Amino acid sequence: MLNFLSIYRWARVIKMGFKSLWLHRLRSLLTMLGIVFGVASVIAMLAVGEGASQVAQEQIRRLGSKNIIVQSIKPPMEQKVSAERSRAIEYGITREDAARIRSSIPDVEVVVPNRIIREVIWNTQWRIDGQIIGTVSWYPEIKQLKIIEGRYFSELEVGTVKNVCVLALNTIEKLFPNGSPVGKSVRIGSDYYQVIGIIEDEGSMGNLQQTQNLMMSTQSQNMPPDMSLGKNGGGQPNRQGRGNGSGRKGQMGTSPQYKIYIPITAAQKRFGETLVRRSAGTLETEKVEFHEIIVMVGSEDRVEEVARIIDEILQRYHKQRDYELVVPLELLRQAERTKQIFNLVLGTIASISLLVGGIGIMNIMLATVTERTREIGIRRALGARKRDIILQFLIETVILSGVGGLLGIGLGLFIPYLITYFASMPTIIRMWSPIIAFGISAGIGIIFGIYPALRAANMDPVEALRHE
Amino acid sequence: MKDCIIKLERLKKNYRMGLVDIQALRGIDLEINEGEFVSIMGPSGCGKSTLLNVLGCLDKPTEGKYYLNKYDISVLDDDTLSDMRCNYLGFVFQSYNLIPQLSVVENIEIPLYYQGVSPHESRKKATEIASRVGLGDRLYHKPTELSGGQQQRAGIARALVNDPLVILADEPTGNLDSKSGREIMNIFSELHSLGKTIIMVTHDEHIARYGERIVRLQDGLIETDESVQLRIREEIS
Repeated sequence: MLNFLSIYRWARVIKMGFKSLWLHRLRSLLTMLGIVFGVASVIAMLAVGEGASQVAQEQIRRLGSKNIIVQSIKPPMEQKVSAERSRAIEYGITREDAARIRSSIPDVEVVVPNRIIREVIWNTQWRIDGQIIGTVSWYPEIKQLKIIEGRYFSELEVGTVKNVCVLALNTIEKLFPNGSPVGKSVRIGSDYYQVIGIIEDEGSMGNLQQTQNLMMSTQSQNMPPDMSLGKNGGGQPNRQGRGNGSGRKGQMGTSPQYKIYIPITAAQKRFGETLVRRSAGTLETEKVEFHEIIVMVGSEDRVEEVARIIDEILQRYHKQRDYELVVPLELLRQAERTKQIFNLVLGTIASISLLVGGIGIMNIMLATVTERTREIGIRRALGARKRDIILQFLIETVILSGVGGLLGIGLGLFIPYLITYFASMPTIIRMWSPIIAFGISAGIGIIFGIYPALRAANMDPVEALRHE
Repeated sequence: MKDCIIKLERLKKNYRMGLVDIQALRGIDLEINEGEFVSIMGPSGCGKSTLLNVLGCLDKPTEGKYYLNKYDISVLDDDTLSDMRCNYLGFVFQSYNLIPQLSVVENIEIPLYYQGVSPHESRKKATEIASRVGLGDRLYHKPTELSGGQQQRAGIARALVNDPLVILADEPTGNLDSKSGREIMNIFSELHSLGKTIIMVTHDEHIARYGERIVRLQDGLIETDESVQLRIREEIS
């Protein structure tokens, strides 16, 4: 036993393992490939999964985990009836709704009414198909958005209906490609608005949905439908022809939203509550007081409860379901569940490829054992114990899967980089994923090495020596 | 009187080949003293290989007793048998049985490796033994780069490196031409004169007469066990 523990023995058996693998370089390399790709795919798949869910969670977090967003949605039935009955379709959340919510739920901290209008924004020759958000002065706090430059408009400016605006970062990039816009003006329609600040991009629900779809298409069925479509509806189609091309392509909701924030009072005054929209040759007018209100709840625990109460309040006063509740916290939980399923599925697929790699190793080791039967006989005759033979072959498998695992980690760290670079998909490599992948591959080496090694050790030395 | 290092008592060995039981050894009584050079002869199928395997602790007897250096081999477990081979026995094979991917010196080192000798020390010892059998300049060659005679010398060096109690040789000249065969046998004679105990299986009368005692087997039993006259031994050499 002392003999067995001798450091020389270990050093030599490892050296011997490397040597005999090196002797059949190509075979060893090919055997290793299974493990290399297995480990690499585990790491890469986990990185893609983590990346996708990270983006989704970040976007949801941007919506605010304490917030409940109530959006106005055009009821689908209205459209057909409207032609004969009335000019303007009235729907959505009203001032009364906001007041009711504020007064009947004690926990509600702030109610932020928003109007969302789509219009072309101009800066001299640059133009952009923007989303104008008429809102209140405490909007950035609720949404937890950072002011990057300048300031947000004040309560006073809201009260006095000032023509000021704050631009989102991506809007700046399109509208003011050279230099800071603060102090300059943008034109919307016939009105000029002074730019007073820049704010970071908001978690857009359109992007969110895109990411979610990307993660798992079946899951998106569970999500509140039409998250982005509802508010984009007003005035969208008639822009399509004139758009500068960068605005939107194909699907709705997938294009980035270029946001500009103005005081809600200004929005109401300049744009009114009635929107005209042309589509398919007909004129449609619609009247919406608020496109969206944001309700901030005191603590996260109460969010779901408050959401239910709001829903009940609104249900009582709305004949149709012309509003939609979006609860970011719920989405966040859903995203987490999705991520778990996603990781499980990806992990399983990758583990299967690792398993296949392990079987490949076992196959080759069995062939090697047969091929080296005589060597085993010689070693046994010269005094090798069974466990020496087991160790010798087990070490070879462990080296194969260990080196394969390391190469796989290298490849696995590189693939997400390529994915991010070429497919511009976010990827995140967690510390534990290479460790787990390597652990699994080493484990596979041992498990799949045991049988061939035992077979080698249990050969009858006399038979083995006679083997040609 | 030299010590008796090998003692067989009514030793029997049966094994199964397909459906038939074969009685390879049917009751062997044999004593071999330290320093003896014993040739075991007999026609093929007489059980001489089986006997050598049993003597070499590669196989256990079915019945009877085998004492090697006073240890009762028939009761030892597999690991202890390995240790017996490792410490007391040296094997020389007909087909040399060198491991092809290892160099000459590495092949010679193998028994020391299983004894747990340090790499430095084993290299020193293996080099020394290799020089003694005339392979001093072939240490780092692969076995396939050597002639048959040289390969067998490496085989002998490997059998000597652990300083065994008994050297077991199975037709050591079987694959060699007569000149190389004579050279190999001279090495055995020299080892014998140095006091090594050698047991050699052969079917060649001339080779057998290098030994001082010839045991003839027939159908798993000892037929004759006679000392070779010094005169005859000189005659053939």
